[in-house]
Amino acid sequence: MKPPRAPLFLQRETYRRRRIMDAARILPVVGFVLILLPVLWTRGRALSTAAEAVYLFVLWLVLVLAAAALSRPLRAALKRDAEAAERRASPAPDEGAP
Amino acid sequence: MTLNILVPAALAYVIFLFTIASLAERRAEALRASGRQARFLRSPLVYTLSLSVYCTAWTFYGAVGYAARSGLEFMTIYLGPTLVFVGWWWLLRKLVRIGKAQRVTSIADLISSRYGKSNAVGVIVTVIAVIATTPYIALQLQSIALSFGAFTAGETLAPQQLAMWVAVGLALFTILFGTRNLDSNEQHHGVVTAIAVEAVVKLVALLAVGIWVVWGLAEGPTDMLARIAQAERPEWAIEPGRWMGLTFLAGVAILTLPRMFQVMVVENADESHLAVASWAFPLYLMAMSLFVLPIAAAGLMLLPEGSNPDLFVLTLPHALGQNGLAMLAFLGGFSAATSMVIIAAIALATMVSNHIVVPMWLASRQRAADRGLAPARDASDMRGLVLNARRLSIGVILGLGYLYFAISGGSRALAAIGLISFAGMAQVLPALIGALYWRGASRIGAAAGLVVGGLAWLYTLFLPSFGPGVILGAELMAEGPLGIGWLRPHALFGVEGLDPLLHALFWSLALNATAFITGSLLSFPSPVERVQSAQFVNVYDIGQGDESPGARGWSREAAENEAEDLLAMSQRILGAAEAQSFFEAQTRGQGKAGFLPDPTPDFLDKLERELAGSVGAATAHAMIAQIVGGRLVTVDDLMAVASETAMIMEHSAQLEAKSEELARTARQLREANELLQKLSVQKDSFLSQISHELRTPMTSIRAFSEILMDDEVTGDEITRYARIIHDESIRLTRLLDDLLDLSVLENGQVNLDIQRALLGDLIDRALMASNSVLPHRHFTLRRQSADEEIALSTDIGRLTQVFINVVSNARKYCDATAPELRIAVRQRGGKVVVDFIDNGSGIPKKSQMLIFEKFARLTDTHQAGGAGLGLAICREIMHNLGGDIAYLPGQGGAAFRVSFPARLEARARAAE
Repeated sequence: MKPPRAPLFLQRETYRRRRIMDAARILPVVGFVLILLPVLWTRGRALSTAAEAVYLFVLWLVLVLAAAALSRPLRAALKRDAEAAERRASPAPDEGAP
Repeated sequence: MTLNILVPAALAYVIFLFTIASLAERRAEALRASGRQARFLRSPLVYTLSLSVYCTAWTFYGAVGYAARSGLEFMTIYLGPTLVFVGWWWLLRKLVRIGKAQRVTSIADLISSRYGKSNAVGVIVTVIAVIATTPYIALQLQSIALSFGAFTAGETLAPQQLAMWVAVGLALFTILFGTRNLDSNEQHHGVVTAIAVEAVVKLVALLAVGIWVVWGLAEGPTDMLARIAQAERPEWAIEPGRWMGLTFLAGVAILTLPRMFQVMVVENADESHLAVASWAFPLYLMAMSLFVLPIAAAGLMLLPEGSNPDLFVLTLPHALGQNGLAMLAFLGGFSAATSMVIIAAIALATMVSNHIVVPMWLASRQRAADRGLAPARDASDMRGLVLNARRLSIGVILGLGYLYFAISGGSRALAAIGLISFAGMAQVLPALIGALYWRGASRIGAAAGLVVGGLAWLYTLFLPSFGPGVILGAELMAEGPLGIGWLRPHALFGVEGLDPLLHALFWSLALNATAFITGSLLSFPSPVERVQSAQFVNVYDIGQGDESPGARGWSREAAENEAEDLLAMSQRILGAAEAQSFFEAQTRGQGKAGFLPDPTPDFLDKLERELAGSVGAATAHAMIAQIVGGRLVTVDDLMAVASETAMIMEHSAQLEAKSEELARTARQLREANELLQKLSVQKDSFLSQISHELRTPMTSIRAFSEILMDDEVTGDEITRYARIIHDESIRLTRLLDDLLDLSVLENGQVNLDIQRALLGDLIDRALMASNSVLPHRHFTLRRQSADEEIALSTDIGRLTQVFINVVSNARKYCDATAPELRIAVRQRGGKVVVDFIDNGSGIPKKSQMLIFEKFARLTDTHQAGGAGLGLAICREIMHNLGGDIAYLPGQGGAAFRVSFPARLEARARAAE
């Protein structure tokens, strides 16, 4: 019987959170590249406008779903961050702005 | 349908909106009064829907027209923002965080705040925003005028007149809502809620038309796709340059458009709403774009040739008898246009009043105050002024929009007008990105970039947009100013054949960025800029609630509140009782009762002096200025505070150093005192010792001489007693000799007789001489004769005396049964080290320090010889010879180390 392997990373959650942030940063780059793809197709007129529209809308939906999937953990990270900041700083006095 | 129905419908819709906005406002007010959060009004859903103000009449009508003309290109306008929102973690998050931390009120405020609170930069951004938004508002007016016109084909209708009335109506609506009150955060609950409702109306209207087209006119999506393929035209092919450029431009626009900044950053209630909007807003955009192409295709196929594609959404159901649907579409378009105009006007009015009107008014007031004409500051007056300035700005902005519409003729494609606006606002991008990510970006650079980019945009896109001959002459357009070909507005620097929009976008942004970067690299930022750049770029490192030195605005506290604030502050500094009595005295001095005096200059001066005593002049001044003057703490103040603080720190450092020095001196004194006490004790014991030592032989001499004086002493006894007396007197003499010797040595008056000899011979002599001590004990000697071949040049006699003493001590005190003496010789540099080690029990640790003292004798049992001066003399001799004698612990017996220089220099001796 093999002994259970010790986890390689002690702070798995923190690590996972950071990778989710990375994913959130990469997502728009990937999206931009994929949005530019029809430009290349146009050269050869391989696809009709209707097909390109279908492609773009599917891509759009995928981007929305990916963003939705990422938003929950990111929101949690944001909250934690804000709470930490709140604890660090004293509450700001309410004051008028011009 | 006629105007008789449309106008009441539009009016009814406006009243509906008005009701919603007032209800929301009242609800928010009530909740705030009861101390609760307006949870629904400030929910992620409402936030996302309010963002849909991005989708204006351009989207509602123009997108279909755009699609009919250029195919899929209309999607770039929505894909760009989708990317920005999907990538919110990069940029939007930081933008919103900074906006909240710095209490930013508009994009102009953000830029000016970052670049050292420079009002000049704020004015430039405001001017660009006003100019760039003008065509956009004209677009909305045009679309509303067109939509009215579409229904009233038979009736004669002057679109310009209609547009004017629409503009007036919208201005009134915006003024009623946007300037009802002055909120400290520039948040407008009512308006935002109304915008959210409008977002739903326009989405439902467009979806309804779309669904009717796909499932009513066509037979579902598959059929629709086939029809789109049929309707396809060659000009629908994607143009790579425009595709990329417009996606980028739309992404930039969503960040820089004043109304988007207003709803996205200023009206944002909670950062985490952004997380929801990151996917929900792209979803909304997608839903808005979903049926654009089908409606365009259906319009192209079903409507007569030459109908305006911008109105397909409206004319398609109208022409096919779907009047209800047409009415819904009309309201959707109306709502899209009104929401944009309202928010844009509010955002621009905020910018105009904060960056242009109020500073100008303050400056004029200041001049008047300097001449003694008016009080320098009046809070209630200010409030009215700001509101009126905003009302006026709203009117002016809508008037400008109408003017643009009237001049440009109101016949151009909606999308083309909108893109001019986008390109104009895009000029803020370099300064904005620099503000967020580049510490080195400076005010000069930002101003230069904005001005250069703005001018380039005006020349290459905005002014030509009126058409040749209106503002820029046709000749200038074709030939360039003064016939200079490479300055033609659409072919700047010889770049020909490029799409005019891309051409303008490329040149304006390229020149803008170049000027921005060059200006930043060459200029030197002011201290405020540096502080602000750190606040912006490193916003995540700074606590959220952190009050930056510049985040404060001018306070509008009434005099009473100010006095209260001053009292609260003074209590913290002076202590409650003292501050209160000071305030009370001052109040009485002013002829009032209570604790709160009027903040007259006289009182403030006194208070400042009072506080300065505790916290320093600059700090006191800054603190009072912050409460009363209401002005920002200037960097000069901060500098003075800093230098004062530095001085105080220096003083305290000096004090610390001094107190350390004092502690050191005290320690030294204590040590000296201890030494003196020890010396005194030593002296006492020395005296008692010496009297004791002298007394013992003297006693026996006296006793025996008395016996000798008796007559009954036999001759035999006389001889014996005489020997005793003789011995004792010898002992006495030796003791006195030793004492004399020691005193001479201690005073350093000894005359050294320097001779040359070998160390080995010295040791031989010492061993021989000490054999007389306890001659019956046999000692095993262990020596390394080879080591001892060291030529010495020193006082040989004295050194031998030391050796004899040490060896005799070993002979006397070594208690081993088979005593053994090891003599080890080493040479280190110019020093000779001789160790005498026996195998006895050694000397206990506590006594090791004592043995070199005078009369130190460890035990009485070994009193056999000397008076206990031997080792003391040895030590003095060694000191005189420039060396030392020390006890060497841990050698397995008593061990003495004698070290001395092989050559004693006369000079070295003199120095001792």
